[in-house]
Amino acid sequence: MTPEAITSLRIEHITKRFPGIVACSDISLSVGKGEVLALVGENGAGKTTLMNILMGLYTPDEGKIYINNKEVVFKSPSDAFACGIGMVHQQYMLVPNLTVTENIALGMSQMREKGGTLAQRLRRAGRLDLAGVRRHIVAISEHYGLAVDPDAYIWQLSVGEQQRVELVKTLCFGAKFLILDEPTSALTPQETDELIGLLRRMSGELSIIFISHKLAEVKALSSKVAILRGGKLVFRGNTKDHSSADIASLMTGHEVYLPVNQSSRAPGKPMLEVRDLFVRGDRGNMALNKLNLTVRAGEIVGLAGVSGNGQRELAEALTGLRTVESGDILLDGSNLVGKSPKQIIAQGMGYVPEERNVEGIVPSMSIKENLVLKDIGRPPFSTAGIVNNGRIEKNAQSLREKFDIRCSGVQIAAGSLSGGNIQKVILAREISRGPKFLVAVYPIRGLDLGAAEFIHKQLLALRDQGVGILLISEELEEIINLSDRIAVIFKGQIQRTLGQGEATQRKLGMMMAGVKDNEAI
Amino acid sequence: MLDFIVLFLTVGIPLSSALLLAALGETVNQRSGIFNLGCEGVMSMGAFVGMLIPFMVGGAGKVAWYVNVCGLLAAAAVGALMGLLFGVVVIKFGAPQGIAGIGLQLFGTGLAGSFYRHFIGGAQGVAGIDSIRIPFLCDLPVFGKMLFSCNPMVYFAFLMVPVVSYILFKTPWGLRVRACGTMPRAADSMGIDVSRTRYQALAFGSAMAGLAGAYLSLCYAKIFTDTLIGGRGFIAVALVYFGHWSPVGVMGGALLFSLAQALQLAVQAYGFTTFPYEFLVMLPYVLVIVVLVFVGQSKHVGPAMLGKPFNREMRT
Amino acid sequence: MKQFKLVYTAGVIVLSVLLTLVIASLILTVLGANVLDTFWVIFCYPFTSLKNLSGVINIMTPLTIVGVGICVAYRSGIVNIGGEGQMIIGLLCAIVFALGTSLPAPFGLIGTLLVGMAGGALWGALPGLLKARFGVSELLSTVMFNYIATQLYSYCLRVPLLDPAVAGGSGDPQTVKLDTSVWLPRLSEVFQVDKSFRFHTGIFIALLLAVIVFLFMWKTPTGFKMRAAGASDRAARYGGISVSRYLVLAMLISGACCGLAGTVEILGVHHRGLGNCTGGYGFSGIVVALFGGLHPLGVIPAAFFFSVISFGCSALQINKIPVPSNMIDVLQGLVILVIVAAKLIIANPYLMDRAQRRMDALLHRKEAA
Repeated sequence: MTPEAITSLRIEHITKRFPGIVACSDISLSVGKGEVLALVGENGAGKTTLMNILMGLYTPDEGKIYINNKEVVFKSPSDAFACGIGMVHQQYMLVPNLTVTENIALGMSQMREKGGTLAQRLRRAGRLDLAGVRRHIVAISEHYGLAVDPDAYIWQLSVGEQQRVELVKTLCFGAKFLILDEPTSALTPQETDELIGLLRRMSGELSIIFISHKLAEVKALSSKVAILRGGKLVFRGNTKDHSSADIASLMTGHEVYLPVNQSSRAPGKPMLEVRDLFVRGDRGNMALNKLNLTVRAGEIVGLAGVSGNGQRELAEALTGLRTVESGDILLDGSNLVGKSPKQIIAQGMGYVPEERNVEGIVPSMSIKENLVLKDIGRPPFSTAGIVNNGRIEKNAQSLREKFDIRCSGVQIAAGSLSGGNIQKVILAREISRGPKFLVAVYPIRGLDLGAAEFIHKQLLALRDQGVGILLISEELEEIINLSDRIAVIFKGQIQRTLGQGEATQRKLGMMMAGVKDNEAI
Repeated sequence: MLDFIVLFLTVGIPLSSALLLAALGETVNQRSGIFNLGCEGVMSMGAFVGMLIPFMVGGAGKVAWYVNVCGLLAAAAVGALMGLLFGVVVIKFGAPQGIAGIGLQLFGTGLAGSFYRHFIGGAQGVAGIDSIRIPFLCDLPVFGKMLFSCNPMVYFAFLMVPVVSYILFKTPWGLRVRACGTMPRAADSMGIDVSRTRYQALAFGSAMAGLAGAYLSLCYAKIFTDTLIGGRGFIAVALVYFGHWSPVGVMGGALLFSLAQALQLAVQAYGFTTFPYEFLVMLPYVLVIVVLVFVGQSKHVGPAMLGKPFNREMRT
Repeated sequence: MKQFKLVYTAGVIVLSVLLTLVIASLILTVLGANVLDTFWVIFCYPFTSLKNLSGVINIMTPLTIVGVGICVAYRSGIVNIGGEGQMIIGLLCAIVFALGTSLPAPFGLIGTLLVGMAGGALWGALPGLLKARFGVSELLSTVMFNYIATQLYSYCLRVPLLDPAVAGGSGDPQTVKLDTSVWLPRLSEVFQVDKSFRFHTGIFIALLLAVIVFLFMWKTPTGFKMRAAGASDRAARYGGISVSRYLVLAMLISGACCGLAGTVEILGVHHRGLGNCTGGYGFSGIVVALFGGLHPLGVIPAAFFFSVISFGCSALQINKIPVPSNMIDVLQGLVILVIVAAKLIIANPYLMDRAQRRMDALLHRKEAA
C-alpha cells in the first residue's frame, strides 16, 4: 500500500489546549511539494504539540488539516502514516530490546491492508512476516544510502545509528512527507553536517518539516521558515530573505543576551581534583576510563561532549551516587571516594542534577520542604529531633524573594511549578547552603531564555564568590559563554582542556567526535 | 526410593498445572506492562464459576463432557471479565497496580466465597473431569502413570507453554504486547493503541487465570473451598519473575515450586510423621524468596515499563 | 477555577460512593437478600446497643494499629502486604514471652506488648532488607512471608505450645490461657462505667499510637526524610538521604505496628493463642490506610467506619439475612478499587479540564436557550 504523493499539506486554524495553557493557538501553515519548512521557536512554543497533532497523536480542539486540498482527520498515527506522513521524534521511538527489523515490523503490522477473506486475515494475524520486512528495510536503506543493520538490537546502536533507523522506519512506513523534531540535538557538529546533506538530497523526493532552534541549520537546509512563540504563529516567510539575527529576535520576541563570562580573575587553589578515575556505567562497561580533571576555586570549567560519553557517570561519581572503581576525587584536599552522598554534601558539594523534576526536587512535597531537603536534620531547621516549621517557612520566604521563585505560596507542591521555577528552587537550595563546589548538569535545558539568563547570572556570581563550578552541557554556546576553561570528554576520558580564548564551536565539535590531534584541527 | 520419586512426580505434575496456567497468563499481562496482583481473586472466581455450571446441571453426579467444557469456558470468560474490570481501574484511570491488585484479590475471593455459599453451599463436590489414560502409553512402567494418565487439563496447561511462546514471539499481536510493556511511547507513536493492547493482554491473561481456578475446582480438588486457591495466585505472579518473563522459564518455576510442594505430600504419605510437616509446607515459599533474591539482581530483562500507567498527553 | 475543582472533587467522591453502593446492591440482589435490610444491618445495627458498639471498637483497635503501620510504610515508598505475617510473628513472640516469664503486674503486660512489637518489627524488616539489598519486590516477598509465618505459627500451636488439655483430642490446637495479669482489661473493669462497655483498653493504645506516629512522620527530621524517600526515591538519594536505610526503618516500624496489633488482639480478646486469630486485619489494614488518606490521624475514622461494616457483616447471619460474612471482603475489595481509581480521577488535570469544558458548554447552551 503506497500512499499517493503529497503535493500540498495545509493546516488551518489549529488550536490545542492543555489544562492551564493553550499550546497552539489558531495556527495555519502550508507546505508544498519538495519544500523544506523550518519550524522555529523556543522551548514550549508549541512546535512539538503542533507536529503531534499532524501525526494524529493529539486531536486538535479546533482547526482542520488538508492534504492535496482534501480534508483529513487523523485519529491515530496509523491514519497519518496511511496518508504518507512520517515523523522522527526528538526522543527516538524505538523499543530498545527489539531488533531493528522487529521495531519496524511493529509499525508495519498496524498498517498492512485490512479486510480480505477470513483465511487471509488469520494468516496475517498468526504470523509475523519478519523476512519480508527485512527485505523492505534493505531496499529502503540502499535507495537512500542510509546504512543500517536490520538484525541489530536497538540498545546496541549509537545515537546517530538510532537516528538512521528512525529515518528508515519512517520511510518504510511509506512516508512522502517527513517531520523531524530537533533532529540534530544529540549529534556532533560533524554528524549534523552529514544529516543536513542527506536531508537536502532527500528533499528532491520528499517534503520536509523540521523543528529546530539552531539557526545555522535553518539557514542551511530550509526553503521556508515559520516561527512560533507562546503557541502562536508570529512569522512566515522564505528563509533566504531573512538573516539569522532577524529570525532570532522574532523567535524570542525581544533582544536577550545571555550573560557572558568576561572577567579574567586569577583562579584560586585547586578545589576539585579528579585523578585516574574509573567508574562503571549502567551496563557494566567502563564509563569513565582514567579520567583526570582539575577545577580551581573561582573557576567555571565547562565539560563539553556528546551525551553518553561519561558525563552522567562523572556527575554521579562526584556526588557519591555511583560507586568509584578506582581513582581519587579530592574536594578541597579531602578524598570523597567511598563516602556517602550525605557525607559529600556535608563537605560542601552542591549539585544541580540532570533531571530536575525527579532528581532535583521531590515533586509532591512543598517548595519550602524542598528548600530544606538537604538540611532538615540540622539546626536551625530542626533542633533536638523536632522540626522547626517557623524557620523552614522563613527560609523559604527569603529564598523565594532572592531567587525570584514565582509561585502562589511556598506551601504548594514543588512539582506544580514550571521548569524554570523548579530550577530556581534547586539553585536556591544549593547556593544558600554555601557550597565549596557545584556540579551543574544541563542547567538551562528546556528553559525559556528569561529563566536561563537568571540562572547563568547566578552561576557567574557564585564563581565570583570563589566557588568552583563544573558545568556539564551539550549546548556549546552555553559552555563557551560561561566557562573559564573547557574540557572535552570523549569515551570516558578528557580529550583536551582549552582556555577560554582558544575554543570555537568547530574545534570543540572535532574534539567531541574523538579527534585528538591538534594538527587536524 | 524409585517408588518415592515416582509418587513425588505423580503428585507434583498435576499440582503444577494450575500454577502454570495462571503464571502463563500473568506472563502475558506483565509483558504488556500490567502487574496483576489480583490473580488470586480471578482464580477464585474461575474456580467457582467453573464448577457452578456442572453442579447446576448434574449436582454431584456425572455430567456430559460438554457441560464440563462449558464450565471451563465460563471460567475463562469470567476471568477475562475480571481482567477488564481491573483494566478499567489501572489502564483507564492509571491507578497504582499493586494496591489495585490487592483490591481485586479481596473482591474476587470474597465474591467467589459468597456466591459459593449461596448457589452451591455446604461441602458439595462435583464429579468433575477425570484423568484420561492414553492407550498403550499409560501402561508403560514408571512413566505411564506419571506422564500418560493425567487430567486433560494438565496436558492443556503444558500445551499452552509453546502456544503462549508462539503468540508472544511470533505473531504481530505478541510483538505489540512486548512493545507496550517495554516502551509504550514508541508503540503509541507507531499507531498502536497501547490501552487496547493492554486490555487485550489483560483479558487473555486473566482468562488463563480463570481456567487455572477452574482446573483446581473441576479437575484437581473437585470441590470449592475458601482456601482452595491457597495463595497460588500470588505464587504465579512471583513465578513470572522467576521465569524471566519467558513461558519456558515460567514452566520451570511452576514445576520446581510444585515439586517442592509434592515433596511435603510424599513425605507425609510415606509416614515420616515425626518431622513437622509445616516446615515442608513452608519450603516452596522460602524457595520463591530465595529465587527472587537472585532474579532481583539481574535487570534489563523484564518489561521496562511494568506497572507504569501510560497516558499519551501526560508526558513528563 | 478553584470553585470548579471543589465541585469536581465532590462530584467524583459522590459518584464513587454511589457506584460502590450500586455494585454492592447488585451483588446482594444476586445473593437473594433484601438490599435495604442488609444495608441496615451492615451500617446501623452496630449502633443499636452498647454491646454492639463495644464489638465495633474491639475490631477497630487492631485495625487502627495495622492501618497506621501500613501508612508509615506506604508513605516511605513500600507497600506492606505482609501485615498478616507480622501480626502472627508478633503475637507468637508475645505469647512465648508471656508464658515463659512472670513479671509483676504492669511490667508483664508492658513487656509482652514490647516483645510483640519487636517480633513484628523483625518480620517486617526482612522484606525491607531484601528490597533494599537485593531489589526484591516487597509485593511478592511480604506475601511469601505471610505464608511462612502462618506455617510457623501453626507448628508452634500444634507442638511446642499446645495446651495439654486439647492434646490428642479433636479440638483445634490452642495454647493455654495466658495469666490474667497480662490481659488488657476491659474498660468496665478499669473505670466505673456501665458494664456494657465491654471493649478492652487496647483502643487507647491504638489512638495514642496514631498520634505518636503522626508526630514522628511530620514533626521529626527522620519522618521528613522517610516521606521524601517515599515520595521520590531518586530526588531523596540526590538530596543525600539514604533511601535503603529509611526503607528498612519504615518496614521495621510498620512491622512493629502490625506485631503490636496482633499482640493487642491476643491480650485483649482471645487471651490465648489459637488458629486464625488475626482476622484478616493485615489486609483490611491496607483498605483502612487508603481510606484514611494514608495519614495516621485519618486512619482513626477510617478504621471506625470499616469496623462498623465488618461488625455489621459478621452480624448478618444472626439477623437472618442470607448473606455470607465473606461479603466484607467483597466490600473491602470494591472500596479499594473505587478509591484508587477515584483518587487518580481527581488528581488528573486532563479529565478535570475536559469535565469543566463540558460543563461550560452545557451552561452556555442553557443560557442561550
